[in-house]
Amino acid sequence: MAYSDKVVDHYSNPRNVGSFDKNDPSVGTGLVGAPECGDVMKLQIKVNEQGIVEDAKFKTYGCGSAIASSSLATEWLKGKTLDEAYNIKNTEIVAELNLPPVKIHCSVLAEDAIKMAIEDYKKKKDVPAEKEAVTA
Amino acid sequence: MNFPIYMDHNATTPMDPRVLEAMMPYFTKVYGNAASRSHQYGWEAEEAVEKARQQIADLIGCTTKEIVFTSGATESDNLALMGIAEMYASKGNHIITLPTEHKAIIDTCKYLERHGKEVTYLSVDEFGMVDLEALRNAIKDTTILVSIMMANNEIGTIQPVAEIGKICREKGVIFHTDATQGVGKIPVDVNAMNIDLMSFTAHKMYGPKGVGALYVRKKSPRVKLSEQMHGGGHERGMRSGTLNVPGIVGFGKACEICKEEMESESKRLIYLRDKMINTFLSRVKYSYLNGHPTERLPHNVNVSFEYVEGEGLMMGIKDLAVSSGSACTSATLEPSYVLKALGRGDELAHSSIRYGLGRFTTEEEVDFAIEQTIDSVNHLRELSPLWEMFNEGIDLKSVQWAAH
Repeated sequence: MAYSDKVVDHYSNPRNVGSFDKNDPSVGTGLVGAPECGDVMKLQIKVNEQGIVEDAKFKTYGCGSAIASSSLATEWLKGKTLDEAYNIKNTEIVAELNLPPVKIHCSVLAEDAIKMAIEDYKKKKDVPAEKEAVTA
Repeated sequence: MNFPIYMDHNATTPMDPRVLEAMMPYFTKVYGNAASRSHQYGWEAEEAVEKARQQIADLIGCTTKEIVFTSGATESDNLALMGIAEMYASKGNHIITLPTEHKAIIDTCKYLERHGKEVTYLSVDEFGMVDLEALRNAIKDTTILVSIMMANNEIGTIQPVAEIGKICREKGVIFHTDATQGVGKIPVDVNAMNIDLMSFTAHKMYGPKGVGALYVRKKSPRVKLSEQMHGGGHERGMRSGTLNVPGIVGFGKACEICKEEMESESKRLIYLRDKMINTFLSRVKYSYLNGHPTERLPHNVNVSFEYVEGEGLMMGIKDLAVSSGSACTSATLEPSYVLKALGRGDELAHSSIRYGLGRFTTEEEVDFAIEQTIDSVNHLRELSPLWEMFNEGIDLKSVQWAAH
């Protein structure tokens, strides 16, 4: 199976590889997949006070399409509001990377990772807020 | 070096130019039907087939009358299993095999199970080796056939065929071996090994695709099987169909070359194989050899690089034509059933790469393959969340994965 040029490009020059401190309250982390399934994606967002995704990073264990899907996702996330980010669809990733049907699950994984990272960020933000309310 | 470098010789081999040369006249000059008894074209074709039969028989230590030509090892496997199951149906219905066999055996066994036969799949150890005691204990009154491969196509493990043959002979059970990976690579003697039926094919030993053989023992004991291809009664009634004369001539020549050169060739390949294995294991942390370290085909390297996924790795080693046990490379999205049968976890199957070396593989190519692989593993580990978690001291088995 031949890979599309865009998949090859993201694989060879992955964008935004790395990690943020997952305990940082402005960071949301999504970890999806499982080693025994052959794909694990870690996707992190850093959100500023205006609720905009300021930065995003990823690390992926998986095939070239999985790496490309998560690399592309980090590019798309930057500058988006959380609502916009939440609306990124796996089908858009499929279209952009020209993924064949057998690789659609890679894009689904990327969408799941985005949603999980946003939820993680929101959950973290809510917890200290509640604590403040209690102590006040 | 020619790119991509071909390192998939367990899948198929290029034809040796000497084989092609031997075949050429049989396409356009000596094109008779080997079954035509009425003219010179037929006689010459038959003579060529008989010469090839002798070359093949010489390689495996049998007589020419014990070679049945087929279209390849898959057909030979089907003919052996189906033919025996049908012929000996009144004697019993039980077959013993391994879970690590080629699909040509596994799927034929599944078919037979659907048609009233009983199949035992003996488990293998972490190297893919059969347990001889378990085999001995599994044989019962209704057992009509033991089918155990000579050497595994994925992990290169060589089974103790002579010991298996001995047990089967003692118990009076027919022994079939799928020797597709073994014949031409390692010494085979059907009498010394007590083999009753043996499948093999030309294209794994530098011969043409589309021609194979089933060895069928003729004496002590005489093995009979029901034909699966009905027609003109060719091949002593065991496999009808006009013989593929050029293919058979090439098969014969390929066997002749293997017989002459096996000793020096396997010595050279074992050196390259061990160089590759030892370099990976010493320079790449958390890399593991799949298959047996010593009871192993001379040309097979199968290594898992933990925390790196096989298909992703294959994309990195783009100048190498290799294969992986990763799920992503199979149509079913399941990782290699052979690696899974070793009981070392699916992760190692996902992380495996098979390098199949061959007659024309050079040391320069092996060195290149080693370096490109190591560079790529390092690159992918930088990208790997599993590598990061492992380095943070997280036990990956304790993580609650969101499996999909």
